[in-house]
Amino acid sequence: MREFIDGAEAIARGALDAGCTFFAGYPITPATPILLHMIRELPKVGGVAIQAEDEIASLGFCLGAAMTGARAMTATSGPGIALYSEHTGLAIMGEVPVVIVNVQRMGPSTGGATTTAQGDIQFMRWGTSGGYPVIVLAPTDVRDCYRLTGRAFDLAERFRVPVFLATDKDTVATRATVDLAAYERVPVRERPLADPAVTFVPYHVTRLDDVPPLAHFGGLHLVRFTSSSHDERGYLTKNPPDVDRLNRHLAAKIEDHLDEVALVESDLQDGAEALVISYGITARPAQKAVQTARAAGRRVSSLVVRSLWPVPEAAIRAALGGVRRAVVVELNLGQYRREIERLARDDQEVVGVHRVDGTLIGAGEILVEGGLA
Amino acid sequence: MIEALTTYLNEDLLPLPFCPGCGHSAIVKHLDAALVQLQLDPRQMVLVTDIGCQGLADHYFDTNAFHGLHGRSVTYATGIKLANPDLKAIVLIGDGGTGIGGHHLLNAARRNMGITVLVFNNLNFGMTGGEHSVTTPPGARTTTTRYGHLERPLDLCATVGVNGAGFVARTTSFDKNLPDLIAAAIQHDGFALIDIWELCTAYFVEENRFNRALLERTMNDLGFATGILYRHDGPEYSQATRAALSDQRGKPTLPPQPLEPRYTSAVETAVHCAIAGAAGAKIGSAASIFCQGAILSGLWATQRSDYPVTVKTGHSVADVVLSRDDAFHVGTTPPDLLIALFPEGLHKERGRIARLGPEATLFIDAALLPVETAARVVPLDFSGTRQKKEAWAMMAVAAMLGQTGLYPLDALREAAALRPAFAAQNLAAIAAGVELLARG
Repeated sequence: MREFIDGAEAIARGALDAGCTFFAGYPITPATPILLHMIRELPKVGGVAIQAEDEIASLGFCLGAAMTGARAMTATSGPGIALYSEHTGLAIMGEVPVVIVNVQRMGPSTGGATTTAQGDIQFMRWGTSGGYPVIVLAPTDVRDCYRLTGRAFDLAERFRVPVFLATDKDTVATRATVDLAAYERVPVRERPLADPAVTFVPYHVTRLDDVPPLAHFGGLHLVRFTSSSHDERGYLTKNPPDVDRLNRHLAAKIEDHLDEVALVESDLQDGAEALVISYGITARPAQKAVQTARAAGRRVSSLVVRSLWPVPEAAIRAALGGVRRAVVVELNLGQYRREIERLARDDQEVVGVHRVDGTLIGAGEILVEGGLA
Repeated sequence: MIEALTTYLNEDLLPLPFCPGCGHSAIVKHLDAALVQLQLDPRQMVLVTDIGCQGLADHYFDTNAFHGLHGRSVTYATGIKLANPDLKAIVLIGDGGTGIGGHHLLNAARRNMGITVLVFNNLNFGMTGGEHSVTTPPGARTTTTRYGHLERPLDLCATVGVNGAGFVARTTSFDKNLPDLIAAAIQHDGFALIDIWELCTAYFVEENRFNRALLERTMNDLGFATGILYRHDGPEYSQATRAALSDQRGKPTLPPQPLEPRYTSAVETAVHCAIAGAAGAKIGSAASIFCQGAILSGLWATQRSDYPVTVKTGHSVADVVLSRDDAFHVGTTPPDLLIALFPEGLHKERGRIARLGPEATLFIDAALLPVETAARVVPLDFSGTRQKKEAWAMMAVAAMLGQTGLYPLDALREAAALRPAFAAQNLAAIAAGVELLARG
């Protein structure tokens, strides 16, 4: 049995199946369909969905709700991500599990509201003061929208961190045929909650890379939450050892567990001359280009990166292997190419195939510009 | 028996960190007295603080605490309340926060969100160095109005009051009845705000030789009345939204609408068909039905849409790819088939039409001819049809399908009948489209 659905519906369904109980968003093309789905659907599971007064409030509501026990999600596009910045930082600092869907559109600024792009790849990672890590996942198609939304909730709970779902107008608005049996459901992770019988220290970790268990407002423990540098009790501090420990913890809890986040699709060939690297909407034409090149007798590998941040360095290095050339396909002027360039050996050439005119990259262009024709 | 709490402050952490003579210390103690009076369970309330000197206050309370960003405290309180309407969310915010977060304040009042907002209004920015705020009185000297303030101060009480707040009061930190007033505000079910005027001894007092008498005179001169200014009950939002939507509970969420293949198709290699027309002319609907018919015929279909930001004007283009595999084609190849309807569709697609090769077929409203193209042209003459323009895309799809035989017309008819409300008009359009082809 098959169905014909778009990415927005798949994301909404993925969120509901992941146990999402709270959604706040502000209308913005092309992310609005997700808001509309959640407004309609969440009351059916006893959840709350609300159109906030702006994007700042959208994420603010989510953070308040998440600390009160909700599993929260919001959705916006680049201009909204700009306004989310301070609350993304707050979610990092306060260690709040929250899922942020970014339906990318053409930038900069208002750019093209109905025009697809992948221009926020570095922005999602580095768009907060302090520069501490977040997780960014990029679905390649409708089925992936469902699966990676589930995965986003899973990782948000695992690491108590904002997780971005980096989609784009064409991944979300394109309707596709999906085999119902092919949906991959990510098991719902129970939120690790503080033991009600033990004295609760909100930010206590034994090891720097531990994730402290949560306690909710309204539960048995008193909870302190703060945007300020804090000690493990949640009290503001400037004490260098405490501040150092906090900040190193915020990085280590994710960066020491890259293997738990890394999600790539490697299709490698022995003795390949080139590796085509893609993510999101460009993955399918990139894979098509690889198939075409192989049919013409070339030896070419493909790597589709689904966990963009933290960068799955081991998988990328393994895929780069002995190739002479890496071809990075993206709808921007080379944002993820920077990451590949720092991972490639000096004797490996890194070539970008880019488009920023709002149209999609075709397999033919990848073959020509990637030197695979 | 549970012993009554005699304070909500953590006495181990005292004294409070505020400057000598600062009104914040008095307000914090009055808030503590109000909490003692109400005997709230500290686990069932959240003290939400903003940025500025009052943002240090939650530190000293043994209650739940959420210290957030400048002006955004109301948004966290709203989220807390929406997630658990049983909790009391008490916001401490400075006059600075009411400026930068005025939008949130206004909307929380308008929604009648059941939170309590205590404004520590010392008429300037105390923490950052005595700059002016939205409540600085005219003529006042601050570090950013060295020659006297020219702006009118925001009347916070009137602003939230006229926009729906059900409990609004103004007073000073010297008010002996402040604990009772705060307790009443917390007990109010809907949105409550108390604008508490006070002295900033670090800056405003020094810059303006200010004191209690001048503070009270300033309120009077501005016509800012004190006491409870608005008081009425209304449905509290977090409870009202749950009540209003309770009948939705338990309904199925986004159930799949499965399409079982029961027809066959001769399509082997992927076929890209672009349908170009005008917004409002049901281009997307016709393309969807075309895709669903293909899925009923065992094919995989994707439908990518292109449209401007306008709603019922401009172009609407659907790029459909039908294939034997589930490759999520997004239509990056040149179309094999292109349907061009309406001037908007032709205008948008003129470039692709000009680039079509001789192996491609262009189905085009005859009224739009001539066009420059190498493709085989199949003119569709809508001039004699009685169908409305909204039906033309469905007609063109039926004609194209009849001509190409990509999959059976019966599959298209079945897809067209999937939504009962539109079945009759869609089926009529398909019949008219087949007739159009026969006539052509």
